[in-house]
Amino acid sequence: MKQITAVLWVVAAIVAFWYIACIPMNIDSALNAAERAGEQVDPPNAKERMQENDIILVWDNSFAIPDTWDQDRPRLPAPHEVITELWDSTVGKKITSKRSLVYHGWVTLSATMLGFVIGTGLGILLAVGIVHSKVMDLSVMPWAIVSQTIPIIALAPMIIVVLYSVGVQGIIPKAIISAYLSFFPVVVGMVKGLRSPDAMQLDLLRTYNASQSQGFWKLRLPASMPYLFASLKIGIAASLVGAIVGELPTGAVAGLGARLLAGSYYGQTVQIWSALFAAAILAGCLVGLLGLIERTVLRRMGMAQ
Amino acid sequence: MILVFLAILVWLTGWWLNSRLASGPQADTPMVRFLAPLIFGLTVIGVWELLVQGLEVPLVILPAPSVIAVRFADSLPILWADFTQTIIKGALSGYIIGCTAAFLMAIAVDRWDFLRLGLLPVGNFVAALPIVGTAPILVMWFGFDWHSKAAVVVVMVFFPMLVNTVAGLREATSMQRDLMETYAATYWQSFVKLRLPAAMPFVFNGLKISTTLALIGAIVAEFFGSPTLGMGFRISTSVGQLSLDMVWAEIVVAALAGTAFYGLVAMIEKAVTFWHPSQRG
Repeated sequence: MKQITAVLWVVAAIVAFWYIACIPMNIDSALNAAERAGEQVDPPNAKERMQENDIILVWDNSFAIPDTWDQDRPRLPAPHEVITELWDSTVGKKITSKRSLVYHGWVTLSATMLGFVIGTGLGILLAVGIVHSKVMDLSVMPWAIVSQTIPIIALAPMIIVVLYSVGVQGIIPKAIISAYLSFFPVVVGMVKGLRSPDAMQLDLLRTYNASQSQGFWKLRLPASMPYLFASLKIGIAASLVGAIVGELPTGAVAGLGARLLAGSYYGQTVQIWSALFAAAILAGCLVGLLGLIERTVLRRMGMAQ
Repeated sequence: MILVFLAILVWLTGWWLNSRLASGPQADTPMVRFLAPLIFGLTVIGVWELLVQGLEVPLVILPAPSVIAVRFADSLPILWADFTQTIIKGALSGYIIGCTAAFLMAIAVDRWDFLRLGLLPVGNFVAALPIVGTAPILVMWFGFDWHSKAAVVVVMVFFPMLVNTVAGLREATSMQRDLMETYAATYWQSFVKLRLPAAMPFVFNGLKISTTLALIGAIVAEFFGSPTLGMGFRISTSVGQLSLDMVWAEIVVAALAGTAFYGLVAMIEKAVTFWHPSQRG
């Protein structure tokens, strides 16, 4: 209970700060509009206002403050503008419409999920190989670790264009980027997990005369579950980033990344913010869903804390 | 065709060498631990080179390593200019500002319980979000030059660093805190002498995660607008011109910079947290 109040207070503080920040950010355009409407504005022409400090402008023209929260193309849109736009473009539009965020979100989500499934599947397979083969452990594992220090997302534009030039387009290139971004965290986490049973437990299985595969299915795999879920959460967030970045170089056709890019081309700030929030909500849902699955699975296995 | 067979041969030789090393008597010596990944890496590059030449893969799909190396050596001045623009100016300044701000914030969060209860769930949530998406907004606010890239990096590294530092500052056990209490240590004395050192492994974990995030932020932010300079700019324009050897050269630079950056932080960590079990070996 105490925690919920504290979180609510922090969120309220952030929203309040946001509204206050809107005032100096948008005062210039608000005053320009007021001047065109024939109102008395303190430095009367736009050029002088450009040179004036924004805070002083607010001080001298306090009548314009409500206008700063209601601009067409604000530098910083107020929270209610973003929420209105989010509502309009999800509930207010038909799902099939090109302006519906549900449509764009689905485009991004499907690429994310496909890539995530491929990436985690291959990651788990490689981890199993690494745990069971000394050669692979020695030669591949260091590279998997090093790859985490490299901004491999820089490969994204190239993958899109190369695949396009061999005739592959649509969901596959984005899914490949998502896949390799989620691949390495899963490999590293899963290797750690499969190695987590200690010598005592391994010895016990040996006294039972358990085979290698029995040891894997009955001890190593169950023991690795907490590690697997921890890296799945990192992996799905990375997959989503991959899918969004993968949408940038194709020239903004569809998807949340395309909405971001189109918004920044045409100065549609409200559109950028609503796409950003849609991406955030999507990420929150995906991570939350994984957390839920994690809790259920670990409880059924008797491993929940 | 001969080259393709040669590629298969190189692969088998590399694998055989590593199998010998792994099953040999010295499998756990540091030399083998260093040698095996090196042989694997060289094998992959050799197979790549031979396959690209043997199958005559066009340059616009996959350039051979030798072509990339030549391009890398030829365009050192451009690569260096891009490196300073993106890594030194964009990523590094943002990294320092973001990590310092998060560290100070973490001390405040740790001091007041209310902030910890309220801010930590929010921080944990934000740390999982696709923050790269703020790049177009920040580019719009701070202009095309490196300032906007630094701003993206600040936002990206802030929350992981905050969450890790706060977790670290709670690491000292109640027994240790009680001991400081019996010494009549003030809040700041116990902070500097007990909880800050105890937090260092976590702080460095956050710093290490942030190195990669900083590079990602600086490069991706350039996809949304940049001066005619910088690694992200070069990658996106070279992709447009289909000069993939240049793209790969930039990726090599990014990989080297990322590993060096991470390695540097890991070295500092080794010096600072020499007492921690994971560092004593």
